Amino acid sequence: MRNQQSTQLLFELSRAGRRAHRLGDLGVPSVNVDELFADEALAETPPPLPELAEGDVVRHFVGLSTLNMSVDTHFYPLGSCTMKYNPKRNERIASLPGFLNVHPLQHESGLQGLLELLYELQGMFAEISGLPGVSMQPAAGAHGELAALLVAAAYFRDQGSDRSVVLTADSAHGTNPASAQMAGFKTKTVKSNANGLVDLEDLKAKLDDKTAVFMLTNPNTLGLFDSQIEEINQLVHDAGALIYLDGANMNAILGITRPGDFGADLMHYNPHKTFSGPHGGGGPGAGPICVRDFLAKYLPGPVVTRVENEGASGDDDRYTYHLTSPSVDSIGRVRSFFGNTGVLVRAYIYLRTYGGDGLRHVSEDAVLGANYLLSKVKHFLDVPHGDRCMHEFVASATRLKKEKKLSAMDIAKRILDYGFHAPTVYFPLVVDEAVMVEPTETESKQTLDAFVEALFRITEEGEELIHDAPHSTRISRPDDVTAARRPILKWTDAAGESAT
Amino acid sequence: MSYLFHTDEDRREMLKSIGAESIDEIINDQVPEAVRMKRPLDLPPACNELALTAEMTRLAARNASADSHVCFLGGGAYDHFIPAAVDEIASRGEYYTSYTPYQAEVSQGNLQVMFEYETLVTQLTGLGVSNASLYDGGSAATEAVLMALSMQRGRNKVITTDVVHPQYRDILVAYLKNIDAELVVVPSDENGHSKPMIDAIDDQTACVLIQHPNFVGQLESVSEIAAAAKEAGALTIQVFDPVSLGRLKRPGDMGVDIAIAEGQSLGNPLAYGGPYLGIMACREELVRRLPGRIAGQTTDRRGKRCWVLTLQTREQHIRREKATSNICSNQTLLALRATVHLSLLGPEGLKETADHCIAKTAYAKEVIAKSDRFEVVGEGPSLKEFVVRDLGADVDGLLAHARDNGLLAGIDMTPMCVGGSEGSETEVALPSRYEQCFLVAVTEKRSRVEIDRWAKVLCEAPSMATV
Repeated sequence: MRNQQSTQLLFELSRAGRRAHRLGDLGVPSVNVDELFADEALAETPPPLPELAEGDVVRHFVGLSTLNMSVDTHFYPLGSCTMKYNPKRNERIASLPGFLNVHPLQHESGLQGLLELLYELQGMFAEISGLPGVSMQPAAGAHGELAALLVAAAYFRDQGSDRSVVLTADSAHGTNPASAQMAGFKTKTVKSNANGLVDLEDLKAKLDDKTAVFMLTNPNTLGLFDSQIEEINQLVHDAGALIYLDGANMNAILGITRPGDFGADLMHYNPHKTFSGPHGGGGPGAGPICVRDFLAKYLPGPVVTRVENEGASGDDDRYTYHLTSPSVDSIGRVRSFFGNTGVLVRAYIYLRTYGGDGLRHVSEDAVLGANYLLSKVKHFLDVPHGDRCMHEFVASATRLKKEKKLSAMDIAKRILDYGFHAPTVYFPLVVDEAVMVEPTETESKQTLDAFVEALFRITEEGEELIHDAPHSTRISRPDDVTAARRPILKWTDAAGESAT
Repeated sequence: MSYLFHTDEDRREMLKSIGAESIDEIINDQVPEAVRMKRPLDLPPACNELALTAEMTRLAARNASADSHVCFLGGGAYDHFIPAAVDEIASRGEYYTSYTPYQAEVSQGNLQVMFEYETLVTQLTGLGVSNASLYDGGSAATEAVLMALSMQRGRNKVITTDVVHPQYRDILVAYLKNIDAELVVVPSDENGHSKPMIDAIDDQTACVLIQHPNFVGQLESVSEIAAAAKEAGALTIQVFDPVSLGRLKRPGDMGVDIAIAEGQSLGNPLAYGGPYLGIMACREELVRRLPGRIAGQTTDRRGKRCWVLTLQTREQHIRREKATSNICSNQTLLALRATVHLSLLGPEGLKETADHCIAKTAYAKEVIAKSDRFEVVGEGPSLKEFVVRDLGADVDGLLAHARDNGLLAGIDMTPMCVGGSEGSETEVALPSRYEQCFLVAVTEKRSRVEIDRWAKVLCEAPSMATV
């Protein structure tokens, strides 16, 4: 029988009395906790956590790690998520004690190195976006959306305006309408046209004096840059509303075009995508936001500012850096402390590694890779929105589904057997049986060729083989329906015994 | 170019397959001329690994840290010990370079970790269900309030007190500004206790938000407040400290409906405030309103036990504007670290950590109180944090003197008080009794020698009164 130390749960490995971590002598006089604290405050026993030896713990989690696909181990063309290579130097540098072991409420006199880095990074974000006001508080892209919409709300409140509607595209990420709702706006959806771009007639029909913000993703989730951008810009601003850019797809346009130059008033970045921060199995990310001058005073804070020192002798003391609130009109905070600093430090290292010219090459190769895949894939999978794209494209399995009962999900499951992570499927919602492929710039032509070959073979394979795929993974086709209908959301003795 | 792959030959072949002359042609086809950049980005020039490592090492060395100094800072982030196994496991690429487990078959590692994390959080809190993480303690507190408001339609009052973390209240103010909700911040009593809030609870109250131990290190009457809230039909939200639960009663055992915490103290580095870990657990019947990802157990087509993301109809990618929250990327890697950390500690390790904090904090209070210059503020025992008043009325100078002597000795509370530079709005300020006070945290990492030196340096600091 195969040993299953990793797939057993921690709680099943537990043995009473086993223990890994010990602190030893107090070194100070001991206190009688039971006497010191009132009975009503104290627990009778500590929480019933599992009891394990250190060797148990390490083998368990190392074993589990091998059940994941990751960028380090596999091509991961998960559309919209920009799963590019995560440079190892970022990890090492970000782990220097002067970055990693800094307390968030330390006095700024002992933070000058870090604040200098963060100040420079604010400037880089402003330059890349073409939008001068920057706040790095938000902890993720969706959090950036929410923060920026709160900024927009504060602006309109100041104007004495009662604009209360946010328009989102039908191809937008689900976070757009969800963020708008959380920020207190009502939402309306703007349709896409047959080319996958914003339907201008529908936009005109929905824009009115109640419209606060139009949230745009450009390039959009189909991987298309909206060539009507100047007209959209005109329409939205003529209606007195603001344009928000969902920066999820910034990897396509670095140094090529800037949101501030094509009409956006507010935007967020996803540094964990565009600027190579690792995705951490679901996070952390970061969601810095950039805005136009007239909105900067509403930004969440703190932000970093600097003052030139008189009579400075060297580079190290030329400026003094401070943490400040953007203004008395700031919306305040959207999370505790400065932000997801560790992710921001990695973004800074990445930007310094490439420089301005290099960054443009990043986007060029991302666009090249996606178009190359598209040029191959279109011969055996339908790609409804043309044969050119930016950094990603969306194919459709509709025809295959009709002819061979082969769905987008089937393709996703079977490609795992070939040693590739699956593309994003069933998103965006405007394409039936969507298969969304984003190769990123950090994949070789050989890898892209092998991926195309695998996809092609799948379209030729027998139905049964595919419907039961994947075959090479430890588990296959989990029962999602039962998981949701009769949720088991934690281990208990009973659940542990009944399911093996 | 640093991480790029293609040779000129590769590029030529790829362009040929595309049927384009150049990459510019592909781009210019789509991006209108008028909005294209006409100049290169104005960023510092590209820098190689060797040079950048040297430069960044110099930059890092200019920061004081919990390595270069002895750290007595808390206020929501703590210098607890992190066992080596936590770093070792979390630095595996299979964990940190993967993403949200959309394909369960190749994400069983992350999914099982999420399920184990959720189970550990329910064991820790005594509540029925946990999500897979939120951003940090502060935004998690606000998510809990939004959750309560959405379940309590027709009630729009949120009651909290002035000894809940000022930054957490700041977030609450920002989020609530544009929606129909009223925030009531009740003044604490002279000992820094929140019991006076009970009188403010009425039939319009959706929820009460308390912190226990609170920002000034005092224990709250959680059971009593929760009972009063329940009586009025309101939900109770508690901000807890995970380490305190080695000794203190669990939120779920005191009538709390939603418990949230900053999970930094469970194996996550200080990292200047982030990335951190927002922990959230609630009573089982509230699960459909819980924000964020949740992993659940099921079986695969061959009947094998496995794990999937579940109850996704709460989430933004399915429900869009009707979702319980907008959260997408969360803090899974930090949740992994917390999971490994708790596995290494176990019940006895957590209890021992709490006991060390309690004993060392008691010792620090005792030694500092020997000085005529200092006074410990607030009665009663402390878990790991307490307030000291500087009768010399020069906290700023005092803490600077300590820094010069290698100590991060405490957090100046004056700027956070009513009318202070950080707390001008009363909703987010601390009571004025904490002016010229500083907040001290003593974790299990502090030795007697360090505590003695801390007290000595503070006692010997020049004060304005003596200068």
